[in-house]
Amino acid sequence: MWTWFHRLASPPTFYRFAERLAPWLLVPGLLLIGIAVWQGLFVAPADYQQGDAFRIIYVHVPAAALSLSIYTAMSVAGAIALIWRMKLAEVAVVTAAPIGASFTALALVTGMLWGKPTWGTYWDWDARLTSELVLLFLYLGVIGLHQAYADPRTAARACAWLALVGVVNVPIVHFSVQWWNSLHQGSTILSAEAIANPKMAPEMLKPLLMSMAGCYLFFGAVWLRRMQNGVLLRERRAKWVREMVLPALPADLPNARPPAGGPGTARRGDRA
Amino acid sequence: MSAAIAVFRRELRIALRRRAEWAQPLVFYGIVALLFPLGIAPESPALKVFAPAIVWVGALLAALLGVERLFRSDLDDGSLEQMLIAEVPLALLIAAKLAAQWLLTAAPLVLVSPLLGYGLGLDTGPVVILFWSLLLGTPTLVFTGGFAAALTVGAPRAGLMLPILVLPLMTPAVIFGGGAVRAAVAGLPPDAPLYFLGALLALSLTLLPMAAAGALRNAMG
Repeated sequence: MWTWFHRLASPPTFYRFAERLAPWLLVPGLLLIGIAVWQGLFVAPADYQQGDAFRIIYVHVPAAALSLSIYTAMSVAGAIALIWRMKLAEVAVVTAAPIGASFTALALVTGMLWGKPTWGTYWDWDARLTSELVLLFLYLGVIGLHQAYADPRTAARACAWLALVGVVNVPIVHFSVQWWNSLHQGSTILSAEAIANPKMAPEMLKPLLMSMAGCYLFFGAVWLRRMQNGVLLRERRAKWVREMVLPALPADLPNARPPAGGPGTARRGDRA
Repeated sequence: MSAAIAVFRRELRIALRRRAEWAQPLVFYGIVALLFPLGIAPESPALKVFAPAIVWVGALLAALLGVERLFRSDLDDGSLEQMLIAEVPLALLIAAKLAAQWLLTAAPLVLVSPLLGYGLGLDTGPVVILFWSLLLGTPTLVFTGGFAAALTVGAPRAGLMLPILVLPLMTPAVIFGGGAVRAAVAGLPPDAPLYFLGALLALSLTLLPMAAAGALRNAMG
């Protein structure tokens, strides 16, 4: 198990592993999201209070859950990058931030659209809304810090430190609805009491759980793909990348040749 | 420990020789607090409602003012490299540096805050809470700022980044600091937000110097 894990940390092994794994996450993820959207929009009954407005829950709740999960995942990757100096974890930190920022923005926008018909306002300076907005700024900070450094390793490790310190905000967002008497409702599905004794009708809950699972799988696939790109970009001078990429390029492309070699060295057969 | 004390004294001595520099945040703080009443309308009762926010956001901005050059001059004259290669733990030296920074830039603000509180129309009870909340909260602001400055010290393009990095990290302190004063104004017990501020203070005093040391080592390569 551990040797497998260690081997996975090497960029070429990871690249091939991700190449194989990503479709297995992407296809079920999209299928689950598709079924959840269909069931949520057409099969689940309308809410007795909110009518059809509640149906945005199938986008809003998964997006909000992911916005927190991705930040947590990013800071765990950051800790791994800083403690074990693992290059792959550095790539993981940097590539997770834009995805997390997108899900956070999605959660904020869907929350505003949901707030208008039910609360009567798009925005309220309530603890959960505000701390979710702060989370968005934390993601933007990681993205911006990454651009500020020219050297990718220094940039990634600075981002890892920021992600690690910024993780204080995650429990604040998560518990904000319990700590402060806020306009935002408490958690309906993710508490021990609620799992034992569901507070939501099963035909409403099922599409929500499917949508959540689908979004997590989708995130996993996108993250793997982005990490693959990040690894390729970093290792673009490495032999394994050249051997993999060059045969796929047209031979007369000037950039296709490695800087040191003469004409013709780009072929795989010549280097073996 | 003696190295940390030496760093602390060095900071104070440098500051004593450049008096204009450490007076800046204080003057800045005064001007910010003065502009709010002018913007709102001086005799408006709203001023009292906004007082906690004015005093806290003013402190936040003033803390931000000095942060950018926290490591800059040490980087330029090479003493930062000396701190990096010293046998003493870097985190300890950074903590000493940040403590001096707090004493020079934030402590005067804390001392002046009752005056501002009274000026903005707060009663004695909330003014006392304001003082305590700033006393507990400003070290968190300075240490957070120090961490962000350490993150960006090696990046020439990071000047504008700094506030974007720092402000989201500082929001918990403002939430609980302003919250404590608001509770006092409303006649509610301010203990809970003050305890939260104390918890943040304990976390930032112990963990942020280490994080800053790591970030600094990374930024310097």
